[in-house]
Amino acid sequence: MRFFHTENIMAEEYNPYNPIVMDHFLNPRNMGDLEDADGIGEVGAAACGDIMKISLKISDDGKISDARFKTFGCGSAIASSSMATELVKGKTIEEALKVTNKNVVDALGGLPPVKIHCSVLAEEAIKAALDDYIKRHPEKAALVAANNHKA
Amino acid sequence: MIKVYLDHQSSTPVLPQVYEAMLPWFSEYYGNASALHEQGLRARAALNQSRKQFSEAIHSPDPESILFTSCGTEANNLAVKGTAYALQHKGKHIILSTAEHPSVENSVAFLERQGFTATRVSVNSEGFINPEDIRAAITPETILIATHYANHDIGTIQPVAQIGEIAREHKIQFFVDAAFSAGWLPINVQEMNASLLSLSPHRFYGPKGVGVLYKNRKARLSSIIHGGIQENNFRSGTENIPAIVGGGLAMELAENERETRVSRLRVLQEKLWKGLSEQISYICLNGPVPGENRHPANLNVSTEFIEGEGQLLLCNAAGIAVASGSSCVSKNLKSSLTLTVIGLDITLAQGNIIFTLGKDNTFEEIDYVVSSFAKIVERLRQMSPMWEAFQKGNISSVIPGNPK
Ligand code: FES
Repeated sequence: MRFFHTENIMAEEYNPYNPIVMDHFLNPRNMGDLEDADGIGEVGAAACGDIMKISLKISDDGKISDARFKTFGCGSAIASSSMATELVKGKTIEEALKVTNKNVVDALGGLPPVKIHCSVLAEEAIKAALDDYIKRHPEKAALVAANNHKA
Repeated sequence: MIKVYLDHQSSTPVLPQVYEAMLPWFSEYYGNASALHEQGLRARAALNQSRKQFSEAIHSPDPESILFTSCGTEANNLAVKGTAYALQHKGKHIILSTAEHPSVENSVAFLERQGFTATRVSVNSEGFINPEDIRAAITPETILIATHYANHDIGTIQPVAQIGEIAREHKIQFFVDAAFSAGWLPINVQEMNASLLSLSPHRFYGPKGVGVLYKNRKARLSSIIHGGIQENNFRSGTENIPAIVGGGLAMELAENERETRVSRLRVLQEKLWKGLSEQISYICLNGPVPGENRHPANLNVSTEFIEGEGQLLLCNAAGIAVASGSSCVSKNLKSSLTLTVIGLDITLAQGNIIFTLGKDNTFEEIDYVVSSFAKIVERLRQMSPMWEAFQKGNISSVIPGNPK
């Protein structure tokens, strides 16, 4: 017979999020701004009123060479923006446009259901930054023509 | 690692004496208080002893007026729904404030779906109810006035005696939710003219699993849990004797030590607010200034340009346990009701942190919390696009008076 021992619920540490999310919240990657960003996207969440800003540096060959974020929001929002910047770095614009909130959630090893909308904010911020880039560089629009994105 | 617990509003540790007193009631004296043998009669004696302890602490006219429930929420549900069902032949109107605990607010909302009506009187920007607003809301149909003693979010202490006087003049049943006040604030149910009053022992160093409802002899109440005839037929179900024994002792100890505990808390509360307001810019206090109109354990603040869950998580990482009324913390993505009804700016509501002190917190702990919290705020502001916009002059502070 197996008993549910008290020790089993006496973990060293308790956190509301999994270790990957906690790591990205406590040690966010790519936090800040880019001096001469080529595209900046700032979006707000209707659900809870939070704000996320993503700045991208895009090289001539259409690759994202650097990304930064700033977030006014919960732990998952900060972790999602940190992970989203990691995911798009090194990608082409076209590839980056395909990054979804689900990719962010998966890379984070999952988010609580009530926090999924925070990852949506990250997807939207990336798309907004890319839109901004394309607006500033209409000649690059062809690069993403194949993508049915609603720029 | 340093651990500082500043969430005594959500629960407190069980005192060692209380724990000791509970122990024999698990495996040694385990009888059902309804049984007529020795074990049962012993349990019944324990129940009565606990009734006396609660009765004396709140100046109830007799111990029979004390009813045990499973928790404070159940006591509040019983008070609100029990009154409504008992008095619906007389009228179907209930008066409450906009800043009630969810156990009261949602009980009333449930009754409204069944054809009862309610008037929610507003609170002012510090969370105070104006008793005259209650008087003005009374109709010939009114059967219940329900208010809290101290607000669970911002610590506002309501003029309950004045409200009770109005209820008495109009012969309307008056329910006081004292779940966040008992054990800290003096309670005299007779001076308050309370018909019903609820307590929650796990908030004053008693165990979870027991709630208390004081019911004046004259108050009308219908049971909402049906079964055997426990608790004078007002609350069926086998009584949780260990918790009831522990709760009674916790109540007696809280009452005996109340002045010592409270005077210490007041010093800690002032020190905490002074520290935070000196070390952190763009921070505001929600609710009344610390003093006689505010619960001595509660300090509710908002730091501007950052969100509360992040603050809470970083506090937790620093060993500090706090709460937050931010929309990002709540499962329904809404800011705490109290912060909304006092008219707090929505971004300030999002930057909310609730500290609730306990009798064992120390000055060193407060110093640690102030210095850690200042660092946490700074760190999150560095990450915040709103702070950046503020620094660039694109947005301004919404804190009235724009404190440094
Ligand atoms: S940003 Fe508000 S819940 Fe995540």
